[in-house]
Amino acid sequence: MEDIKNPAVELTGVTKRFDDVIAVDTIDLRIADGEFFAMLGPSGCGKTTTLRMIAGLEFPTQGSLKIFGDEVGTLPPNKRPVNTVFQNYALFPHMNVLDNASFGLRMQGVDKGEAAQRAREAIEMVRLGGMEKRKPNQLSGGQQQRVALARALVNRPKVLLLDEPLGALDLKLRQEMQHELKELQRELGVSFVFVTHDQEEALTMSDRIAVMDHGKLLQVGSPDEIYEHPANRFVADFIGQTNFLDGTVRDSETVVLANGSAVAAPSRHTAGTKVALSLRPERIIIRDRGDNEAQPGTDGRGLNGVIRDVTYMGNSLAYTVAIDWMEVEVRTENRPSVARLNPGTNVALTWLDTGASVVAD
Amino acid sequence: MATTVETIAEAVTPEFEHSNERLRRRRGALLALPAYLYLIIFFVIPFGIVVVYSFATRTRFGTDLSGWNLNSYRRLGDDLVRDVLFRSAWLALLTTVVCLVLAYPFSYYMATRSERTRNLMLVFVMIPFWTNFLVRTYAWRVILGTDGPYSQLTSAVGLGSGRLLFTQVAVVLGLVYGFLPFMILPLYASIERVDPRLLEASRDLYATGFGTFRRILLPLSMPGVIAGSILVFVPSLGAYVTPSILGGAKTTLLGSYIVTQFLSARDFPFGAALSFVLMIVMLSATLIYFRKGGRTL
Repeated sequence: MEDIKNPAVELTGVTKRFDDVIAVDTIDLRIADGEFFAMLGPSGCGKTTTLRMIAGLEFPTQGSLKIFGDEVGTLPPNKRPVNTVFQNYALFPHMNVLDNASFGLRMQGVDKGEAAQRAREAIEMVRLGGMEKRKPNQLSGGQQQRVALARALVNRPKVLLLDEPLGALDLKLRQEMQHELKELQRELGVSFVFVTHDQEEALTMSDRIAVMDHGKLLQVGSPDEIYEHPANRFVADFIGQTNFLDGTVRDSETVVLANGSAVAAPSRHTAGTKVALSLRPERIIIRDRGDNEAQPGTDGRGLNGVIRDVTYMGNSLAYTVAIDWMEVEVRTENRPSVARLNPGTNVALTWLDTGASVVAD
Repeated sequence: MATTVETIAEAVTPEFEHSNERLRRRRGALLALPAYLYLIIFFVIPFGIVVVYSFATRTRFGTDLSGWNLNSYRRLGDDLVRDVLFRSAWLALLTTVVCLVLAYPFSYYMATRSERTRNLMLVFVMIPFWTNFLVRTYAWRVILGTDGPYSQLTSAVGLGSGRLLFTQVAVVLGLVYGFLPFMILPLYASIERVDPRLLEASRDLYATGFGTFRRILLPLSMPGVIAGSILVFVPSLGAYVTPSILGGAKTTLLGSYIVTQFLSARDFPFGAALSFVLMIVMLSATLIYFRKGGRTL
């Protein structure tokens, strides 16, 4: 784990059990102040439960949960310096935009005039000026999203928690809001902890990502680290697209693939470990090899194959290449300088040192 | 050419749809006809007769319908009558408040359980309906009467043998007992519909548990509060069986007072006037119910 001094949120050995189900399993996590932090995973992986524990909507069964150094494990949500943007927003339907936005301040005992003033500023900040008197059901999804943001941010939380905040928006609006959220976070400088099941969203927005599955924390790192050096097969599979070539580790430099060919692939796994070579489609270099049967790559980083199928995807081309025992997907940019290959072509697939990663289950 | 066709189509289609719609509606009305007829014959017409009688004059031999007057309505201001009216309204209000206070936490608890538990609890709420109301009310008579469990309890703790039977407390107890389900069901329905995330959002926004109840849960479940209150208040106001069995002679309420006018005093006009006033109160309550609460039920 990275060394973070004075983390905004710190989880140590946190476990959450619902009856017999372990939703979150002994998690250690530190989120830095001012960081845009994504929690990513399939539904039911425990990411939302983790967020709800930080919010105080669930209490950990075991472990320690600190916010800026203070243990908050069983404090109710109204006693924590965090606010949440809920999935589907959870705006109060019987209150107008202004009353929604000033609710938190009023509940903290801020007097009516000042609360309204600050709520107006927050509404202005999310560019909803003039909508103060509207009821939530008179707003579009994107506008409701902004009200939810204003309602949380008006309290100047030390950490803002967001539970799939963009899930209900259509693609275009979602991209717009991604950008705005990022801007807002930079401006305010507070930590945003963001739960999502959308890997692309997590990659484009976050400073760091935590990947979860079955209640366990699989990997924490920058988008770059997670994409380039996935900790295991699940992470490699969940983030982006990849080809898995099953094999066995021979030594620290070599993996023997299913067909017996040895390829150069450095790893830290002990000899004999069953692993998979993860090859990203866009990292594979594909070229026409004619009738040349020789091993294609330099230093053993290559495979021979035949193109089965080509899919035209506008800005890119996807090739399905049959190698001895399986099919591999390769993607190339659709540029004039890149030759287009036809089905049936004998090809050599090679990759650079950084193009492949060795992952165990 | 095309535009002409479109214009014609535009002009014709709505007309066609209208007549179609009308036909459908007429057919729908046919389905409702038997029930309408039943209500008209056995409710609207008798009620009309009651209204007519309320303006008539009582004579030694019966009721004189020839001279219309407001004498019966003037008598509503008499001290005795006013006492009955106020007592009835007060006990009905008390019953409603007690039901509300008992039912709200119960309904909230029920609404937040798992579906299985919820259905089980609903069945428990309904079980009393399976036994005859009269029998259940007589059971209260035993419980509250002399040497009943209640008086045994009070003497056991050294308060002497108490007796609640034939008091207003007994009447309210009986009414609450009878009408509690009518409060629980609409309350449950409307609390169950409140998105629990709104309550979480409120807590997240620094509201206390009570603040969340007052600002979020109560306003959002108001339709259920209104509906339940009316469903309890209206029948409590006109209740006849419970007050006459548990209330005794001293606590005459509106229901038994009206019965007395018709059967003992033979004062049909006055009984009719009382009925009419009660009817108006109930009608206004029902109107409020439909405007405020009925929408969401």
